[in-house]
Amino acid sequence: MELHGITKRFPGVVANRDIAITVRKGTVHALIGENGAGKSTLMKILYGMQKPDEGTIAIDGEQVAFSTPGDAIARGIGMVHQHFMLADNLTVLENVVLGGEKLHGIGAKARKKILEISDAYGLGVRPDALVEDLGVADRQRVEILKVLYRGARILILDEPTAVLVPQEVDALFDNLRELKAEGLTVIFISHKLGEVLKVADDITVIRRGTTVGTADPRTATTKQLAELMVGSELPSPETRESTVTDVPMLQVEGLTLLETGITAVPQVSAARVVSPSDTYVHESAEVGRKLLDDVSLTIHKGEILGIAGVEGNGQTELIEALMGMVSPDAGVIRLDGADLSAVPVRKRREGGIGYIPEDRHRHGLLLEAPLWENRILGHVTEAPNSKRGILDLKAARQDTERIVREYDVRTPGIDVTAASLSGGNQQKLIVGREMSHNPKFLIAAHPTRGVDVGAQAQIWDAIRDARREGLAVLLISADLDELIGLSDTLRVMYRGKLVADADPATITPEQLGSAMTGAASGHLEGGEQAEQSAQPEQSEDGDAR
Amino acid sequence: MKKFDKDKLIIGAAGPVLALVSSFVLTMLVLLATGLDPIEPIRLMIENAGYSDIQVLIVNQTGIYYLAALGVALGFRMNLFNIGVDGQYRLAAMVSAVVGASVELPGPLHILLIVLVAMLTGAFWAGIAGILKTSRGVSEVVSTIMLNAIATSLIAWLILPKNLGVQPAGSNDLTTGKIAESGWFPGIDMGQGNGEIYGFTFVALALGVVYWFALNRTRFGFDLRATGESESAAQASGVDAKKMILTSMLLSGALAGLSGMPTLLGDTHTYSLSFPVGVGFTAITIALLGRNNPVGVLFAALLFAFLDKASSSLDVEGYPKEITQIMQGIIVIAVVVSYELVRRYGTRRQQQKVGEELAAGGALKTDKEVSA
Repeated sequence: MELHGITKRFPGVVANRDIAITVRKGTVHALIGENGAGKSTLMKILYGMQKPDEGTIAIDGEQVAFSTPGDAIARGIGMVHQHFMLADNLTVLENVVLGGEKLHGIGAKARKKILEISDAYGLGVRPDALVEDLGVADRQRVEILKVLYRGARILILDEPTAVLVPQEVDALFDNLRELKAEGLTVIFISHKLGEVLKVADDITVIRRGTTVGTADPRTATTKQLAELMVGSELPSPETRESTVTDVPMLQVEGLTLLETGITAVPQVSAARVVSPSDTYVHESAEVGRKLLDDVSLTIHKGEILGIAGVEGNGQTELIEALMGMVSPDAGVIRLDGADLSAVPVRKRREGGIGYIPEDRHRHGLLLEAPLWENRILGHVTEAPNSKRGILDLKAARQDTERIVREYDVRTPGIDVTAASLSGGNQQKLIVGREMSHNPKFLIAAHPTRGVDVGAQAQIWDAIRDARREGLAVLLISADLDELIGLSDTLRVMYRGKLVADADPATITPEQLGSAMTGAASGHLEGGEQAEQSAQPEQSEDGDAR
Repeated sequence: MKKFDKDKLIIGAAGPVLALVSSFVLTMLVLLATGLDPIEPIRLMIENAGYSDIQVLIVNQTGIYYLAALGVALGFRMNLFNIGVDGQYRLAAMVSAVVGASVELPGPLHILLIVLVAMLTGAFWAGIAGILKTSRGVSEVVSTIMLNAIATSLIAWLILPKNLGVQPAGSNDLTTGKIAESGWFPGIDMGQGNGEIYGFTFVALALGVVYWFALNRTRFGFDLRATGESESAAQASGVDAKKMILTSMLLSGALAGLSGMPTLLGDTHTYSLSFPVGVGFTAITIALLGRNNPVGVLFAALLFAFLDKASSSLDVEGYPKEITQIMQGIIVIAVVVSYELVRRYGTRRQQQKVGEELAAGGALKTDKEVSA
């Protein structure tokens, strides 16, 4: 497949400019670039969702023009989206044939075909499993199968590893190698450089909407790739010197939260049989399931405590309990010696808790409101935003200007709505806002999720700087490199419990990964690999999404 | 950043203009379809609006609508649909009329008492819906509609002569008795039999200013607007959602209660069976059309008062004056559609603009980053 001079303009913005890529048949071709570099637009063009203004696409030497995804599918191009497009309440078989009923019917013939594809590429898909019972990795395999079922010879995978733990990533890469061996072509979009080097045969780097270079994965290093990608040096999350003091800032004891309103009958453990295809059927929620189970932790001044865990294992509930958005069934929360257990959210914020929420659109911003109003959000009772119940617009606006400047929020002004900023800039605004009130304790949930490399470094810097000044930080992240790099102490959360602790200086992402799936617990020592490799990957996060 | 402000203004005005133009056109089509001249009734209405006595009526009606619409708009600003403004308005007028007629106090005190009773009654009636929502999760849309029906029955029962009502001699009407003159709100006489402008109309205008200040310049207003824009974000920011729902329901009800005051204190001085109904429903349309903005709502109230009062002579000329109701109905639909269209357009446009400006100035920033 060859692309030449692809240019796509949106009114006022050029999303893609003169893009040229040659993808060899039977290879895994990685496309890397920062968020907003134009990868998605390019993929949409390839998949027929958008038409290029200029340029040509050729497949097997033959020029093609797609006006709908249907055209692309007919040409053998298939796309696996980052967000899965599966119907939860249907079986795998039903999901695969949905929309493709004409190919092999919906009955025995379709089932045979699915098993055939599944065996050929080692996907291990069971046609009759309900999609809602499948973990993320299995769902992804169903998506891949769906595309193959429609006869795709070229697969586009959009950030396929974003939702997987390291072991699952390895399994996915094995699948990709199988596909390659069968002569299929895979286009792999990512910004995780280590993974790209592991799996790709060719690499193309996109920056600011255009292809800036290609790299050979056998010789390239992550550092070189990153420099190509951002046009500057790669930031690292490493915290250099330790600033941990022995003054406890946040103390949590025995925090327990029960699930309410669920009355499903607890299933017998027979449902938990792990099938050979390593599909994991998770049990249904029990009555009064413990979302948080006796969580105790202490964060000292100047300490960053990182919590690793597959999403949905109680991290959200822990944050909400600390913020006061839910009231726990048991437990004590103390901040700087003061008991916060029964204090409402606003008082906690005034008392020095900063909050970088995991979902900034839901919990951190008023999307339709201007930036300066977003600067007030969460701190409406504090200076400089208001005096004696009356807002001080002038001071708030001035301070917004300062945040925009100091935290390098790229915006034409403070009167634009938060929705019109990119994710990274929204996040920088939030970080700036929370840091502006000199918090004693910061909750940072996925602080760099969906944020480009440049902004990532700035956010890490901001957190590190505050830590040096004695800030206590609770860091929750799905990015294990970030967790290991930033944290002074690591804990692993699994089913509402803190099951393991680790020293970030010696631990590897793989070891953390196995603790996250419940395979290891207690104190994790660096170098101990046996336990994890003995246990095949168990995807545990079916209820997370 | 002046450019954005101008844009905002144009986009802000585009919604109502689009809605009004399309509803005018549709109304004309309705007239055409029924075989009537589509221009003549509108010309007649504009001519009517030239007469001083009609102008006084329009101004008075504007004040009434304005108060009720502010009540609705306050709820809308935090995504609360207080459909019960009409019930709150009627019950408040009735109860305050009873209280007003039963006491005699020095002027200002008498008026103050009546106004306070009206506000409390309106707030109480709306507060029922508020408590149901916060404690039981009952949708305020459903409960306020039902409370409207209950208010109707309650008033019908209370106004019976054996309870609180009075039947004037030789009349079929039932009233709550006349309020003594100390409880009349002085108006401005426009002379030559043109009638007088209710003094309470000015109170309504002043409340518009208070509404603006409270919403845009106070912590409470910020919390309220934040809740309306994103409940989850507001909660994370420290807003107590339940308290906020209850407070705004009470305030909305109090404003609804006030909307009966221009008529009661300036004109009828009693609550009777012929007391105007439906004000609260029209107010919903007005709040929508005015985008919950105090100035916008004022213009919308003026427009609806004009449609109401200038159409009264159409019947005489052989045109059904119901065309104004058709028009009001079409406005509701047109408003909802055109605002959504304009909102989407505006968001897209702004995102584009931000992208454009950053692309233009972005290169500089990157260079700086590289050197840093």
